[in-house]
Amino acid sequence: MSARELFTFRNPYFSAAVGLAGGLFVVTAVVGFIVLPYAQKDLQFAGLWDAICSAAGLPQRAASVPTARVGPHLSEAVLTPTTLASPSQESIGRGATLAQRCAICHGPTGISRADSPNLAGQYAAVIYKELVDFRAGARTNAVMSPFAVNLTDQEIADLAAYYAYLPRLPAYHPTPQLPKPRIVIYGAPVRGIAPCGACHGSLDNKTGSPWLEGQSETYMKAQLQAFAASRRTNDISQQMRNVARAMTPREIDEAAAYYASQPPEIVKATD
Amino acid sequence: MLVNRKLILAHFWFAFAVFGLALCLGAWQMFVRSPLYTWISNPEWYYRSLTAHGTVMGYVFPTLVAMGFGYAISESALKQPLVGLRWAWGGFWLIVAGAVMAMVPVALGRASVLYTFYPPLIGNAFYYIGVVLVVVGSWVWVALMSINLRVWRRAHPGEPVPLAMFANVAGSYLWAWTAVGAALELLLQIIPVALGLKTTIDAGLARVFFSWTLHAIVYFWLMPTYIAYYTIVPRAIGGRLYSDTMARISFILFLVVAMPIGMHHTFADPQVGAGFKFIHSTFTALVALPTLLTVFTICASVEIAARLRGGRGPFGWISALPWQNPIMLAVAFSFVLLGFGGAGGLINMSYQLDATIHNTQWITGHFHLIFGGAIVIMYFAIAYDLWPHLTGRALPSLALVRTQLWLWFVGMIVTTFPWHWVGILGMPRRMAYYDYSDPAIAPQAFSVTLSAIGAFVLLISGLLFLVILARGMRQGATDAGVWRFSVPVHPVRAVPLALNSYAIWVALMIGLTVTNYGYPILTLATRADTSVPAIYVGAQ
Repeated sequence: MSARELFTFRNPYFSAAVGLAGGLFVVTAVVGFIVLPYAQKDLQFAGLWDAICSAAGLPQRAASVPTARVGPHLSEAVLTPTTLASPSQESIGRGATLAQRCAICHGPTGISRADSPNLAGQYAAVIYKELVDFRAGARTNAVMSPFAVNLTDQEIADLAAYYAYLPRLPAYHPTPQLPKPRIVIYGAPVRGIAPCGACHGSLDNKTGSPWLEGQSETYMKAQLQAFAASRRTNDISQQMRNVARAMTPREIDEAAAYYASQPPEIVKATD
Repeated sequence: MLVNRKLILAHFWFAFAVFGLALCLGAWQMFVRSPLYTWISNPEWYYRSLTAHGTVMGYVFPTLVAMGFGYAISESALKQPLVGLRWAWGGFWLIVAGAVMAMVPVALGRASVLYTFYPPLIGNAFYYIGVVLVVVGSWVWVALMSINLRVWRRAHPGEPVPLAMFANVAGSYLWAWTAVGAALELLLQIIPVALGLKTTIDAGLARVFFSWTLHAIVYFWLMPTYIAYYTIVPRAIGGRLYSDTMARISFILFLVVAMPIGMHHTFADPQVGAGFKFIHSTFTALVALPTLLTVFTICASVEIAARLRGGRGPFGWISALPWQNPIMLAVAFSFVLLGFGGAGGLINMSYQLDATIHNTQWITGHFHLIFGGAIVIMYFAIAYDLWPHLTGRALPSLALVRTQLWLWFVGMIVTTFPWHWVGILGMPRRMAYYDYSDPAIAPQAFSVTLSAIGAFVLLISGLLFLVILARGMRQGATDAGVWRFSVPVHPVRAVPLALNSYAIWVALMIGLTVTNYGYPILTLATRADTSVPAIYVGAQ
């Protein structure tokens, strides 16, 4: 056997195989890259080459003129599971000093008496993201925004490290523990609502999602309503807005009441 | 001439043992997300089980069957003891080690990423390294098949390669090239991230690499089945193979057109251009060719058997077939399942029709029908056919064997037909929980219940299969004779060089991969702005 004997157009198998495969490729390429792009009436092309590039999946160059921003300011915080994973003792110490100014609402030990979130033991990535969003204006609050606006990156990281370092403590509004409502454990798959616990602990934790046990019922309810009404828009890819919009008012009440009634010690410790 | 029976038996036993375990997981999954059960309350368990089920059924089980069958073919068809026995054992133990290494992190919940990996989801590195070991172990087999053929060719210059070995080596070459896509994805993209060397990953490129493997792997799974159609079935039912040439052309076509079609798995992916999706869609249609050739040739071969047994008339011969013979039963079942599965596949490969069923339970139904149905039922047939030759003992009861095959056939239809149906209704796949109390999907509860019942029929059939094989090891000794392959109607004296070698076809396979994958891979790989942060399983 020799390659010369096989790879020659005198070999009928070779010429048929190469001819058919090559021919089919050329025909499908012409149809796929030229005929079909032009067959779509809603696509406009500058020319043949533009149509081919579009069908090849070449990303179109963005317009050189900056486009006007439409809609609300979105979050620009980037989180990975390793964001602020191992803070230094110095960072925690600096955070403790900085946190003095937060204590008026969030409590000297990170436990709020004012229906503000309890921050003691909250995930560092969560505090980091919310502060970055408040500073950038992706999330706004009359009280909170002025505090965040002058923080540096290092100060935000220090505050996140400090609060994450504090022990989780019981909240000031004890209520009898309520049974788990359906929305928390099952979600509502048909309406596209994942179980709350799939991101906020009990089933799984997703980066950037806070644990909610023992947080203020009023606060959580207000946030869900703000998400549903698009008054709060710093959730990545509209995850919380889509969930909250599809929830019924009763489900919002149940979820907020349930999480408020839970002791924070039961937060699933996957961190 | 089966010399190294222990080697072949070891492959088959490990394959079928893990198949039995994964089957239990599959039935459990069907049960817990059906209306028959309230819910496990933790989707993590479901995805853990799903990852184990897919990894074992997709990578470990069919690879070992193809390898064991390949060694048996090499020794019997070439009539020479296996060259490289130590390497073969080495490959086997690599797969065992890889399978265990992959399954430990999955069992611990550290790698619930499903067998398709789904970057940017990243699990424990040992899971991926285990899968790589399985692939490397199978590459040892690829090399051995090629070497054994070469040794035989040197001793038999110019002679036609026996059909079974020709097809077997074609299958091994297909696998060697197909596995490269997933290997590139694992080695260049996923494992560096899993080891913590990088924290971002190009998920789009990874999906394109995986599509390189994911479709052609099905044809690698299919190869033992098609080899059995051509080289076992006609002999087992007392007939002749209708055409040896047609068989060679079918296997060659699989080698050439199985590869450049995988992007029909990425129809909904934005990172692949529509032009390439169209090309892949058209090439996918070509895969119907070798299957139609095979269906024709095998039906003709079966008819020959029927007419030799005195069958008459245009259709009357069908009743003259040896329906008591398990191989006859298996091939008939396999064809029926292949017919339905193939028809469903035509929907999936069409760029437009796919949009109606993309990512629904239709897809799950489709690949279970093709792989679990048409393919695996012939794996059973292969095992039944080979077992007496491997053990030197007869199978305990043919009635039991027939019962097992019937149960598998009925179970597979009861499982997959309702799956297709709820898929058309829009039920998404890969979900751990469905709320059947919701009026929107309450009407689907019946179909899903039916499907779960089918899963238990399959489980019973699969366990029965293991019982038959185990009992087959303890029967009284018998002389099963030589394990032979079917004889074609026209004896094969000379075969054109092109149909007796692989050079043209391997070159075409690689060439079409370059034309159909080259540009998308190159553009994604060279762009700097396509990476996203990795999401580590179980990390907060």
